[in-house]
Amino acid sequence: MSTPLHIGFIPLVDAAPLIIAVDKGFAAEEGLDVTLVREVSWSNVRDKLNIGLFDAAHLLAPVAIASSLGIGHLKVPIAAPFNLGINGNAITVSPALHAAIMAELDGERFNPMATAGALARVVASRRRRGAAPLTFAMTFPFSTHNYQLRFWMAAGGVDPDEDVRLVVLPPPFMAETIASGQIDGFCVGAPWNSVAVDRGDGYILHFVSDILVRAAEKVLAVRQGWAETNAEVVAALVRAASRAADFVEQNRKESAQILAKPERIGVDAEVIQRTLDGRLKISPDGTMRESGRYRPVSREKRERPEPVQAAWLYAQMARWGQISVSAEALTAATEVFRPDIYDAALGRKAATESALEPFGAFAGPAFDPADVSGYLASFAVARRAPQAGLRLIKN
Amino acid sequence: MGAESSPKIVIVDESPIRAAILQEGLREAGYTEVVHISEMQSLLARIYALDPDIIVIDLENPSRDSLEQMFQVSRAVRRPIAMFVDQSDSASIQASVDAGVSAYIVDGLKKERIKPILDLCVSRFNAFARLQDELDRTKHALEERKVIDRAKGILMKLKGLTEEEAYVLMRSTAMREKKKIGEIAQSILTASELLK
Repeated sequence: MSTPLHIGFIPLVDAAPLIIAVDKGFAAEEGLDVTLVREVSWSNVRDKLNIGLFDAAHLLAPVAIASSLGIGHLKVPIAAPFNLGINGNAITVSPALHAAIMAELDGERFNPMATAGALARVVASRRRRGAAPLTFAMTFPFSTHNYQLRFWMAAGGVDPDEDVRLVVLPPPFMAETIASGQIDGFCVGAPWNSVAVDRGDGYILHFVSDILVRAAEKVLAVRQGWAETNAEVVAALVRAASRAADFVEQNRKESAQILAKPERIGVDAEVIQRTLDGRLKISPDGTMRESGRYRPVSREKRERPEPVQAAWLYAQMARWGQISVSAEALTAATEVFRPDIYDAALGRKAATESALEPFGAFAGPAFDPADVSGYLASFAVARRAPQAGLRLIKN
Repeated sequence: MGAESSPKIVIVDESPIRAAILQEGLREAGYTEVVHISEMQSLLARIYALDPDIIVIDLENPSRDSLEQMFQVSRAVRRPIAMFVDQSDSASIQASVDAGVSAYIVDGLKKERIKPILDLCVSRFNAFARLQDELDRTKHALEERKVIDRAKGILMKLKGLTEEEAYVLMRSTAMREKKKIGEIAQSILTASELLK
């Protein structure tokens, strides 16, 4: 008898290991009867996973950590045994902002230090003119997009909380919102950058792989307690997702067609395939850019959830005042990522070499999880203490 | 906010009917300051301007993630806002997610003042869902009625039957084939369309 599972997802290419596992029958072959539920917000995915309406979810890695630490919402410990995506985000800006940055650019156009410097000059000149601050959208307070956007602009001296406005939008709304002029740029996962470029409303300024070569993005998330009592089911899910990720790598065209279906991502297969190929149209005039580093779907060793990745995300939360630095919280954060479940499910020996692969950040010192405070002290732009607004209601 | 005054409640919902049902329920319960926002374009700006004590939003609303951001950027609002994060009350959270509604509460509001409002929201959302179901069923029944009437007309014409005989024929066929009379009527319409 097969095990019925409900799994929530947001329409993004990095949900592919789950979508393909279901639609190609890999999950069924593992004895799982999965119903995929397309959701409209990360808040919904988080809440439905937390209270048990979902057994598992396609989740932002920082949301899994925030949920385990109890910041921002209910404290529900989450286990993440599989990296669904690693590097499929990009930063897109409006044609006007793109022109302004290019006019100020001193250096190579894909060099994030050069573009961040140019952005700082654009911001300064707008302030002198008395123009409204630039508005950038990202996908959630606890999102890689939030941290990546901040990491980039702060390196150029732009304070993301003081010098620009950061707003949250669900991924499918990015393209129409930049078209309406309400935002000047955004950071989002595939395929939503490409959708804005195709409509003529945006330029892809950076693949996030320019900013960080490697950072955990979406994870397969389950409740920790549930994972303990359903160890076999979790292992089967990991195997199905791993097989699906391999399938995507070897059959990009077919995968793109499956992902394109209206009940999955609902965007043209051709656009999705571009993102799977890592060959994207970056400007409305048709200029293409290819990068082997741009990878919306995990493959090979990248699927393994390395605890150091969780530690890095925790450090970003601390840098921007979402949590204060403590040894206990750091440990709790790193324990969300569960390479042990991954290794056991796939019968692999703990591979430590991939853990040593650098993040490849374009700015700041090398990340040392043993010295988060020292790492954070090296950044000029940061919020040190947690902001108000995260306190619990007094009963 | 004084202890006696009614908390200011904002309902964020793109469904005007559901919002009206909720608004009415809250007013009946004595909550006088209730504002409905249906336009998502300038949602955050409106919420800043209204400065509510409680925000109620339907779970199918994609603006929920934008709202969560508000709780992070406390500088933007007059008072710090916190979500309803009472760990002990998972049953009421479950009930609200089941009903399809979520609420955000301004820090400082007492729990005993929040609970009846949340319960009311949940029951009104459930009432709306039942109403919607009923409407769907009525609509379906009406459509089925039309199909049956047309099929009856076809049988009367082709087989020279009275209205009563045509209906009995469809009903007995439905019973024999273990189908609904609506399905038999639909097959008659389809067949007659094909044989035209």
